[in-house]
Amino acid sequence: MRLVVDLNKCQGYAQCAFLAPDVFAMHGEESLVYDPQPDHEQRERLARAVAACPVQAITADGVDGHGAFRGPEAPDGH
Amino acid sequence: MATEHMDRLRREGRIAIVGASLAGLRAAETLRAEGFAGELTLIGDEPYEPYDRPPLSKAVLLGRADPLRTELPRRREIDAKWRLGVAATGLDLTAGRVRLSDGDEVEYDRLLIATGVRARPWPRESEARLDGVFVLRTRDDAAGLYQRLRAGPRRVFVIGAGFAGCEVASACREQGVQVTVAERAGAPLVGALGGVVGAVAADLMREHGVDLRTRVTVTALEGDAAGRVRAVHLSDESVVEADVVVVSLGSLRNTEWLNGSGLGAGPRGIACDAGCRAFDFRGIVTDDVFVAGDVARSPHALFEYQFLSLEHWGNAVAQAETAAHNMICDGADRHPHLWMPAFWSSQFGVNIKSVGVPPMGEELMITQGSTAERRFVGVYGHKGRVVAAVSFDNTRWLEFYQRAIERGAPFPVEHPTLDRRPENRRPVPADFPDPSLPTHGPMVTLSGYSPADTQLVFHPARH
Repeated sequence: MRLVVDLNKCQGYAQCAFLAPDVFAMHGEESLVYDPQPDHEQRERLARAVAACPVQAITADGVDGHGAFRGPEAPDGH
Repeated sequence: MATEHMDRLRREGRIAIVGASLAGLRAAETLRAEGFAGELTLIGDEPYEPYDRPPLSKAVLLGRADPLRTELPRRREIDAKWRLGVAATGLDLTAGRVRLSDGDEVEYDRLLIATGVRARPWPRESEARLDGVFVLRTRDDAAGLYQRLRAGPRRVFVIGAGFAGCEVASACREQGVQVTVAERAGAPLVGALGGVVGAVAADLMREHGVDLRTRVTVTALEGDAAGRVRAVHLSDESVVEADVVVVSLGSLRNTEWLNGSGLGAGPRGIACDAGCRAFDFRGIVTDDVFVAGDVARSPHALFEYQFLSLEHWGNAVAQAETAAHNMICDGADRHPHLWMPAFWSSQFGVNIKSVGVPPMGEELMITQGSTAERRFVGVYGHKGRVVAAVSFDNTRWLEFYQRAIERGAPFPVEHPTLDRRPENRRPVPADFPDPSLPTHGPMVTLSGYSPADTQLVFHPARH
């Protein structure tokens, strides 16, 4: 699962850190650090964190149960 | 109303995107989301699928994220041909062809250039090649540096106290690694935020045990017999022993491959109009070549129509979305890219964020909190209006100031606010270095035409 947080949008509400503490953590009073590729067992918690973010700053794939979108083929693939 | 030509382009056209990072990926997704059904090719010189860079100087160095696992999530299937690990080496504007480093060519009806920037290397090549000398831009850079930090170096030396340099220093201190930072200017972050805020950043660094040296330059990197870096020589004739050196001297725009193409591309980026259409070298707008992200340089109505090139994550996303939309639209259906500049940094436990264009401000007012507490909002003024704001651990105020910038609210700031301190009633000089003097490259470059008397009403793009 891959995720990214738009830290322009992030206001440090820390809902994600509360709901998925193994993925998100507050660093200082308002900075957020996160694991951009958490293990699959974090899927449900991550989905909850995505849904709970008050400013919808989290984009993730592979959390809806349908798996991630396909990545590119091999580097030389044409 | 789309023309027949545009309908055909959407249905069976060929679009090439050069640059397979954040802007390239988001543009590809937008093209598909808006109904582009033709052939889409993404070209990237790194062998990796698009990955996120901000964590590389933060979570990765702190050991909280794997440097090789920061691929960006996909917002949708993009069904593209990927040409990864292959650099674009030339552009034939007339024929509509991109030349690749493997000798191949890609033909296009529309081209998006999102080649971004690369780290400015240490200028002396033999010294830059010493083992232990790093730049930090790619995931490979981050993986190498992280490994060295884990191995417990005796001292890390950071050249340049811009955002990346400060973040590296912060990560070192957090892991108990000794670190020296050298900066040519009088304080860290002065290019981006000015000397007043820079002084706060300097205090913050020193309090966390960073050996900060200002108003010095590095004159040489010294290696040992085995080719490992062992010491750094400074312009004040001091010598600092270090086994890791991080060169953090800003970036260079990836435009060399366009030399001779006829495009208006150079060291400051590729000039384009507000609709992301690239200019040719005569200043005439092209209709089939678009630009987005760090490599683009576009005029902004809110900032006196100065051409801004922004190394901002959010700008890469927004500009890519606008460029992609405009690539498959005609005339009045096109959107202007009028994104409000905004960036963040996290260092020494403090969240630093900014909106607007701080280097445009001559004066600064602290409108909330105080610099002594490292918890404040500073507002930058230019010609009697608010042009930017910066916050240290006070991010929720920034939206308010973003509206003020959009309105052209007057400066000095008159409104009473929460947590306004009596000592901060008057503006002070923001203390930016003279732009004609060399210093750490700013993340925002201001250049170009300035019709200062233009009256305008700003409507932010909503799409």
